Amino acid sequence: MIAVRDLRVSFAAATVVDGVSFHVPPEEMFGLVGESGCGKSTVLRVLCGLNPAWSGQIVIGGKAMSPVRDRAFFKDVQMVFQDPYGSLHPRHTVNTALTEPLAIHGIGGADGRVAAVLDQVGLGGAFRYRYPHQLSGGQRQRLAIARALILEPKVLLLDEPTSALDVSVQAEILNLLTDLRRQRNLTCILVSHDLAVIAHMCDRIGVMQHGRIVEELTADQLNENAARHPYTIELLAASRGYDRALGERLADE
Amino acid sequence: MMPQSVTGETPRLVVDDLRITFRTPQRVIEAVRGVSFAVGREKVGIVGESGSGKSMTGRAILRLTPPRAEVSAKRLSFGDTDLLASTERQMLKVRGRRIAMIMQDPRHALDPVMRVGEQIAEAIPAERRGRAAEDRDRVLAMLEAVHIRDPRHVYGLYPHEVSGGMGQRVMIAMMLMPEPSLLIADEPTSALDVTVRLRVLAILDELVAERNLGLIFISHDLNLVASFCDRVLIMYAGRIVEECVASELARARHPYTRGLLASLPRAGDTRARLPVLARDPAWMTSELG
Repeated sequence: MIAVRDLRVSFAAATVVDGVSFHVPPEEMFGLVGESGCGKSTVLRVLCGLNPAWSGQIVIGGKAMSPVRDRAFFKDVQMVFQDPYGSLHPRHTVNTALTEPLAIHGIGGADGRVAAVLDQVGLGGAFRYRYPHQLSGGQRQRLAIARALILEPKVLLLDEPTSALDVSVQAEILNLLTDLRRQRNLTCILVSHDLAVIAHMCDRIGVMQHGRIVEELTADQLNENAARHPYTIELLAASRGYDRALGERLADE
Repeated sequence: MMPQSVTGETPRLVVDDLRITFRTPQRVIEAVRGVSFAVGREKVGIVGESGSGKSMTGRAILRLTPPRAEVSAKRLSFGDTDLLASTERQMLKVRGRRIAMIMQDPRHALDPVMRVGEQIAEAIPAERRGRAAEDRDRVLAMLEAVHIRDPRHVYGLYPHEVSGGMGQRVMIAMMLMPEPSLLIADEPTSALDVTVRLRVLAILDELVAERNLGLIFISHDLNLVASFCDRVLIMYAGRIVEECVASELARARHPYTRGLLASLPRAGDTRARLPVLARDPAWMTSELG
């Protein structure tokens, strides 16, 4: 469904993505994990057309992508951003936020579609005429997911969708994504700094460091401690909590 | 009942029945509702989700709550000092000097137009300052203590030139300059990458042990706190719902703590769905057991 070959992105002198290749079969969820500055979000921005300056090869749904995308592309590929406070227009109601993509793509039956998608993300009709400031962080993220899904995309790109949320709310949103992905047969890419979230959600995982995928493995391999690359092992250990010996070894690096 | 610290020493910070209330014309918000604990020479974690009152509790100890907040307590004392009865002038002798606070984001807490070395030097209390060269040496020694490899170079950098992890080490160095005996760290590593986080925590751990400090570690990250601290207080809706020895967190009894632990995804996890926390209104009022 999604194939990326030798993707490179540079900003001025800095090479941010340095030859990334991966492949996501239909209806799978691929995870990109890494720390700030490793290029994981840039990969996602390139995929969804937000960053036109790149080289390499990207094929989505059998079509080779050019830097500039047409309207049909955005109907099939949608993105959910990290910060539910920043990604919603503060003066647009839930209803406006959800009808706008439909209007852009000339899709009718807005009324029914909005009601249906609100139900699907667990918000319900009562939220329809509220403004973002009247919603909690988790509710906003549900709205952002609803906005992405209302066009019935085939591909959903998720950039740290739960990093700004409390853990109990994170569990709700992750469950929602698990359910929606099954119901709608979505192909997804999930980007996160949290290896535990990635391991829980994804079928295959690419570990990124300095603009490259240093190791690619399946969730099962990760769970069976089959990770080989020292960076993956370090991330795994760090995700389990504080370990004095490990921390001290790292302290002087 | 006065809570005792696990180390058995006389508690140095005592918080008894702390309450913080915000009154607006529309409603009364009780951010903290009767919190009691004591901290000696140990690492105590306060864990809770946003709005649980954990940060307000930390701020109240230094009397840094917003002006609108009404703070009351049966007792809020540090050693012999009654923190609630102290005047602003007396608090100046406590804040930073005896109790220091490390904030979440060093880039907001540092002055952007001042070299980091000079900022650290500024933290030396006036009566302990020596000649410029002496102070500089003390700052360099402190930068070395927080494992900065090239202290002379870092001394001359501006805050925007240092990374997040380096910035947090600079903050720690600055906070330790007046030689406080209690540190309050409010989400000190939440803005850092996981591997950098471990480095900063190892440094903090070492300094707290070497200098015999007490530490209050405020965080939303249950696993991190449990693996770093000696004792954990779990806050929910302005109250401490459970207190446990950090290593025994897995045996926590309160349904909120158990629910939080269960809702965390883990590497090696095979559950298709995560259990979602079902909030019980009884948690607002009832004690454990």
